[in-house]
Amino acid sequence: MTPAVPSLAIAKALQASPPEWAPAWLPDALPLAFVAGVLYVLWQLERFREAIGNVGSRIDLAWSALVRVHHLPKRLRWFFEQLYQSGIQNLHVVLLVGLFMGMIVSLQTGIELARFGQEGQIGTIVAASMTREMGPFITAIVLAATTGSALAAELGTMSVSDELAALDVMSVDKVSFLVLPRIAALMIIGPVLTVLCDTIGIFGGGFVATSQLGVGWSQYTTTAISALQEQGGIIPVPMDVYAGLLKSIVFGAIIAVISCASGLEARGGALGVGRATSRAVRDSIIAVIVANYFLTFFLYR
Amino acid sequence: MTDLKSSSEDIIIRFKDVYKSFGRHDILKGISFEVPRGQVLGLMGGSGTGKSVTLRHVIGLLKPDSGRVEVEGRNVPDLTKHELADLRKRMGYVFQEGALINWLTVAENLALPLQENTKLSKSEIDDLIAEKLKMVHIPDAGEKLPSEISGGMKKRVGLARALITDPDIILYDEPNAGLDPQIARSINELMREIADQHHATALVVEHRLECIETVCDEVVFLYGGKALVHEKTADFLRPTHPQLIEFLGPEARNA
Repeated sequence: MTPAVPSLAIAKALQASPPEWAPAWLPDALPLAFVAGVLYVLWQLERFREAIGNVGSRIDLAWSALVRVHHLPKRLRWFFEQLYQSGIQNLHVVLLVGLFMGMIVSLQTGIELARFGQEGQIGTIVAASMTREMGPFITAIVLAATTGSALAAELGTMSVSDELAALDVMSVDKVSFLVLPRIAALMIIGPVLTVLCDTIGIFGGGFVATSQLGVGWSQYTTTAISALQEQGGIIPVPMDVYAGLLKSIVFGAIIAVISCASGLEARGGALGVGRATSRAVRDSIIAVIVANYFLTFFLYR
Repeated sequence: MTDLKSSSEDIIIRFKDVYKSFGRHDILKGISFEVPRGQVLGLMGGSGTGKSVTLRHVIGLLKPDSGRVEVEGRNVPDLTKHELADLRKRMGYVFQEGALINWLTVAENLALPLQENTKLSKSEIDDLIAEKLKMVHIPDAGEKLPSEISGGMKKRVGLARALITDPDIILYDEPNAGLDPQIARSINELMREIADQHHATALVVEHRLECIETVCDEVVFLYGGKALVHEKTADFLRPTHPQLIEFLGPEARNA
């Protein structure tokens, strides 16, 4: 019964019988104090402070793109080009990763469920976790790694070869010309790829369920479909799918903004482009994970 | 031309005690000079003396640490975004490597400033593009991508793009670098022609004396972050200042 992790042991001990001097709220405050402590330690690192400082310029860029949204009709050519590019770049990766993700979820949880004889419910678990969490998240990671890095490299190369300066001297608005169509394209392609990822993941899960767990195909599909019955409030698609799509739109915007920003900031030749690219991918993934927590918090409260 | 040059009220570009440093490197240490309307001023100096930095100040790509950079009497760093954009529409900047947008064809590169800032029709734009490409001796390059043409051709497309709006002020960053002597000669003649016919004011950063001789009315020699010598081209090429003699070499005196 003794918890293995020391801090957990302390927390349990405090919860079980807090010392007399301890105020009543202390056990509840402990997790918060722990998070604050971690943030404090991170704050001591210069790199972390720098990263937080960058958040401001990213929000700035997103805002300047938003107020130029009426320029989009002029930029349709680049919008569709980006849409096509990121779709083609990512389709096979998303399908492959999605398939295996569904298979992993099905196998991992299926084995646990089988211990309680509940493996019949596997369809519910796979459908819910793919649509709510895995689909949008995996798609975002793939998008950040391929399209995000490509965006940063593209704009970074333009920056170090004076092309951005050339746009400036020609009075061409960089945000409207370069950034806006890319953000818009990723906000569309994110949910599209997510739907494909969800679908193939659920199929992959079903494949494992029938072949490894001995659950019939029809039972799997029935449970999976019934898991997605609850309708969303605004648009008539299942709540979980709808929440997942909302997430993937936000993720697409986050990846585009962060990647464009680090591309535009690239300085110092090919080396600078390389740095901008890796920073774009790293920052995108961090931002997607942090945003994922808060979106989940607000969507499923 | 000469009467235009001599009128002192009509100063288009004026540098007044401009300082600029990058980190711990002081590049410009109190540079001052003036360019009257219609004049072509050459900027010479060793590598790293801030010639391109000076050029970038004129068009607001860089801001001075102190001092004034005036274009048509207005301090460029003080301009609002809109005023700067309006000013830039009347300026042309020829970048060292051309700085063409890589994923646009040559013709699309030339069309870009017109599509963004004017209301010209497609056929008018096409005519202008054809005219300017002919001017820089590459009439058939329109459909090519920048990656498919040579460095010298990129440079000429860059020149054509800078000229496409018929700017009043043109800034050339080493217009001759990477061109073969024949093309360089014709580009120099073109630059002179633009100055004579359109009375465009120009700043030319260039190392080749041939270009300076053909194109420039006056020359400024940058040394130690200051405008050390500012003379008429003919006098400049017969230098008396010891640093300039050292820079140009002994043969310059006989030119």
